[in-house]
Amino acid sequence: FAIRKQLPAFFKNMGSGSPMPRQKFCGMFCPVEGSGDSKTLDFQSLPGGSRRSDGQVIDRQTDISQPRVEIRESRGKAALQNLDDRSDRLLIKGAKIVNDDQSFCADIYMEDGQIKQIGENLIVPGGVKIIDAHGRMVMPGGIDVHTRFQMPDRGMTSVDDFYQGTRAALAGGTTMIIDHVVPEPGASLLSAFEQWREWADSKSCCDYSLHVDITEWHKGVQEEMEALVKDHGVNSFLVYLAYKDVFQLTDSQVYEVFSVIRDLGAIAQVHAENGDIVAEEQRRILEQGITGPEGHVLSRPEEVEAEAVNRSVTVANQTNCPLYITKVMSKSAADVIAQARKKGTVVYGEPITASLGTDGSHYWSKNWAKAAAFITSPPLSPDPTTPDYLSSLLSCGDLQVTGSAHCTFSTAQRAVGKDDFTLIPEGTNGTEERMSLIWDKCVVTGKMDENQFVAVTSTNAAKIFNLYPRKGRIAVGSDADLVLWDPDVIKIISAKSHNSNVEYNIFEGVEVRGAPLVVISQGKMVLEEGNLHTTEGCGRFVGRKPFSDYVYKRIRARSRLAELRGVPRGLYDGPVCEVSLTPKTMTPASSAKTSPAKQAAAGAQPVRNLHQSGFSLSGAQVDDNLPRRNTQRIVAPPGGRANITNLG
Amino acid sequence: MSGHSYQGKKNIPKITSDRLLVKGGRIVNDDQSFYADIYMEDGVIKQIGDNLIVPGGIKTVEANGKMVIPGGIDIHTHFQMPYRGTTTVDDFSQGSKAALAGGTTMIVDHVIPEPGNSLIEAFEQWRSWADEKTCCDYSLHVDITHWNDSVKQEVDTLLKEKGVNSFQVYMAYKDFYQMSNSELYEIFTFLGEMGGIVQVHAENGEIIAEEQARMLEMGITGPEGHVLSRPEELEAEAVFRAITIASQTNCPLYVTRVMSKSAADIISQARKKGNVVFGEPITASLGTDGTHYWSKNWAKAASFVTSPPLSPDPTTPDYLNTLLASGDLNVTGSAHCTFSVAQKAIGKDDFTQIPEGVNGVEERMSLIWDKAVTTGKMDENMFVAVTSTNAAKILNLYPRKGRVSVGSDADLVIWDSDAVRTITAKTHNSAAEFNVFEGMELRGAPSVVICQGKLVLEDGNLHAIPGVGRFIPCTPFPDFAYKRIKARKQLAVLRAVPRGMYDGPVSDFSPMSRGGTPSASARTSPTKQPVRNLHHSAFSLAGNPAQRGPPTTEDLPIRPAGRRIVVPPGGRSNITSLS
Repeated sequence: FAIRKQLPAFFKNMGSGSPMPRQKFCGMFCPVEGSGDSKTLDFQSLPGGSRRSDGQVIDRQTDISQPRVEIRESRGKAALQNLDDRSDRLLIKGAKIVNDDQSFCADIYMEDGQIKQIGENLIVPGGVKIIDAHGRMVMPGGIDVHTRFQMPDRGMTSVDDFYQGTRAALAGGTTMIIDHVVPEPGASLLSAFEQWREWADSKSCCDYSLHVDITEWHKGVQEEMEALVKDHGVNSFLVYLAYKDVFQLTDSQVYEVFSVIRDLGAIAQVHAENGDIVAEEQRRILEQGITGPEGHVLSRPEEVEAEAVNRSVTVANQTNCPLYITKVMSKSAADVIAQARKKGTVVYGEPITASLGTDGSHYWSKNWAKAAAFITSPPLSPDPTTPDYLSSLLSCGDLQVTGSAHCTFSTAQRAVGKDDFTLIPEGTNGTEERMSLIWDKCVVTGKMDENQFVAVTSTNAAKIFNLYPRKGRIAVGSDADLVLWDPDVIKIISAKSHNSNVEYNIFEGVEVRGAPLVVISQGKMVLEEGNLHTTEGCGRFVGRKPFSDYVYKRIRARSRLAELRGVPRGLYDGPVCEVSLTPKTMTPASSAKTSPAKQAAAGAQPVRNLHQSGFSLSGAQVDDNLPRRNTQRIVAPPGGRANITNLG
Repeated sequence: MSGHSYQGKKNIPKITSDRLLVKGGRIVNDDQSFYADIYMEDGVIKQIGDNLIVPGGIKTVEANGKMVIPGGIDIHTHFQMPYRGTTTVDDFSQGSKAALAGGTTMIVDHVIPEPGNSLIEAFEQWRSWADEKTCCDYSLHVDITHWNDSVKQEVDTLLKEKGVNSFQVYMAYKDFYQMSNSELYEIFTFLGEMGGIVQVHAENGEIIAEEQARMLEMGITGPEGHVLSRPEELEAEAVFRAITIASQTNCPLYVTRVMSKSAADIISQARKKGNVVFGEPITASLGTDGTHYWSKNWAKAASFVTSPPLSPDPTTPDYLNTLLASGDLNVTGSAHCTFSVAQKAIGKDDFTQIPEGVNGVEERMSLIWDKAVTTGKMDENMFVAVTSTNAAKILNLYPRKGRVSVGSDADLVIWDSDAVRTITAKTHNSAAEFNVFEGMELRGAPSVVICQGKLVLEDGNLHAIPGVGRFIPCTPFPDFAYKRIKARKQLAVLRAVPRGMYDGPVSDFSPMSRGGTPSASARTSPTKQPVRNLHHSAFSLAGNPAQRGPPTTEDLPIRPAGRRIVVPPGGRSNITSLS
């Protein structure tokens, strides 16, 4: 199909088109060397030209001048009997299959939305649709682990609903999204979950799953979490350390939530920002008369993000709960995660399209609407080296998964906060750009290879959220969510051509190399020849089971080790000072809360010692009736002075 | 050993005690060491040099080439601390005697007002206790145990009139002393403006409370529960948080009681990033570790209970000494707060009730000498810096304290670097039955201690006089911390971006704070829009710049050329209907 608007490569390069600086990387991840030799002339020696016209995809492939991908019907005699359901049977021929562990050449045959066969010279029924990949990469469809489609915010709804959002996702090569359910504080988790299910089931064009956000904490929430994990296929919950007085939980609550999450076998996600400090800073900055979008980033400095990440790592370690940091936006937050991983914490970091692709300098744009379009929390870092740094950490494995945190509001909606930056609805676009952007920033630059690319865009996400190997891998039995990737297409991102409803694209004008050529979702071609064929409502909810191996193998081993034991000692029977009644560290109110536990513990002690009542004592004393042990030397301390409180 | 003799006329016994000559010593300051004689009068160093011309009849101490160092400053003590109706066994007299015996000539104690009580009243209470009993000069930190406007007023008074420049806040002791992040932010902001030093007790009290409940539920009630419920990560977390807030508010930070490697690491990292933060390891964390919490002897285990706890990692003391030597940690205290076994036994069935505190005021100087100087980690000058000079600088008492120079207070120690003694509760000067350093052999000890120009320790005899200690007022804005803070303040002015008013369409929204229940009526903002638009009444929103009339440009002095709000790149001005 790529014949359209295509000139033979050598003609294109005859002109004055100057080679792009990135030209030297071209070919690094092109199809396997020699795969096209027998069919085509070798134009490798010719430098690729760059020519673009009205933002259209232009072929710059130099080693294959044949039509790059052919889609045709098989002409076998069986063709007639399969006319009705041929779209369910699909064969990709001559593909280079890229998984996170290896790449190899094989054909893929899928049927009923599942991969049925992988190999060469497959025996397939007639009448299947055949895609000739000509050695191009076929990889598992992307999983966008963080979207907020159709998100309600103060009576408004983000402009990309599940239909528009998933369309954009598919256009970018993402075949599964995981959206966040945000129950209003006070509302039921389950009913919010059902509400989101309903929205998504009716509109989503690709498979989806749901995270549930914990926006308040009490006993009822705990029960609902159990129900969600056991009956509704949710295995991840997000808590907020920011949004004071609305979503924010205290450290104690976070500790309790994490403990519950660990027992349920789920994953604790954290929106990491210190909400208390943010609130103080917001007030200070408004007082100084700064009301524009720059106030947003000034009031949420990256240190505040790093602090919250550090705190949640501490709590997660303490509770032995796997931790997942959503939206890693700054170098310091990423550093904290990397350090924690080196110390052995089970923690995963999710940079998003925005933090990998752009920076926060735009908050100072003179154009209010543009500046406001970048508002998200934690904010984009004003440090322009951040995207590079994050993509390096993503490449080396210190960060593992990527989301988009796609949550788009129109300019009119943003304008709610035109006089007060704290009211601007938050969120940026990125679900469509995610795959291309990571390819461009990481693979084209040589930071990661195509396998690592698959790992960070889909496999790791599938593993963490227990979808693997159904999603995130090309293997027999896996879902037929595939992307035929063209590493050489150059695209200029623009709000004019993107599939989102929003007027601004924060990556406006960014030129990215690498894009999906064909996208197959649920075994159907949804993107071919640049055309999207999506079906509203065909997306299925994919339930996720708890205790994902990738996460919980280590957690389980640790919980076995982490048993604590007291030191067996005799009862202390020396003098005890009189004390006034107020306890040291607790107000009466809270001591009432913990006192049952204490009494139980105190009660346990004599019971334990009863077993040792036959023990002989070191010396006859008036309190012989009290059981003791021979190690007890309390009454004769080294100083020789038993009690000298009178000196105090 | 130092000898002493009377020179010349012996007829003015009253003056002799106030005039003192130290001969033949090697003066050690934090910057250099040199040989000179020192002549003191009325508690002040009057002359330093060779062949001094001094009045006759004065007492002379022969230093015989030994080091003469500024007397130690123990920046963290809790003498005579009230605790639930009892008091620590070392009062100001006993405690300062122990300090002098160890070569420390000034202590800085913590005033701990009960939450809800007046800071100033508590301060006066401590003053009266200390004035009556202390044997050496002292100063006071005040702990802020609750926060409101009247406390703020009192802090202001203490800073300006009472000679207190350092205030401690607690991030631990939930529901009691603990401050929320917002309160910390306010306190830090306030003290940063007023020139005070913020000290933090850094531990995450919320998590500790949860862990304590868990330990007790598991039936762990002994002192090991104390350290199990307060893992060093919680200390490091709180240090990290405090540093974040301090850096946010541009306030100098002082972390009391650095007990673990991870907390120390956070401090040294922050210093590398440029934060103004000082770390205070204490005698106990430099000298021993937390393995003793598992001692079968309850009383011994309980005697180690302090917060943050000693780290069970036995390499901690060495690590902290190294950081102290490299300058990542700056000052040393003792956090001397001793309870008798009977008092500790309040918590015999519940470790959370054990009163907290360890000894260390007497052992501090010797221990650091032994651990850091004899091992070659630091030299004698650095030793002086970490035991006295840095503390004096932070408290804004330098060069009156912390330096041997003309005009400085005559608080000196003649240090015998070869003396070896074994620490034991049998011989120590504290009233506590246990010594956490029991049996430790330390090299280096004071052979002569001069406090306020008087010999208080010579030939192993202590001549401390309770009540002679003076309160030394500290002034705000110590240069050591605030020079940098001031420079940063000038740079940190934030400015808004000058933009035109946004005058495009505005969505309806329920004017709740973010995430508020939308069930509340979807009130629009009818007030704002019309009022705003009155100013722009001549204005066309269609986005056609050509229609922009002259009146409008007058109305709007700031209208950047880059304003293209009404024509977004997508060409769609308002597409909320699609959602």
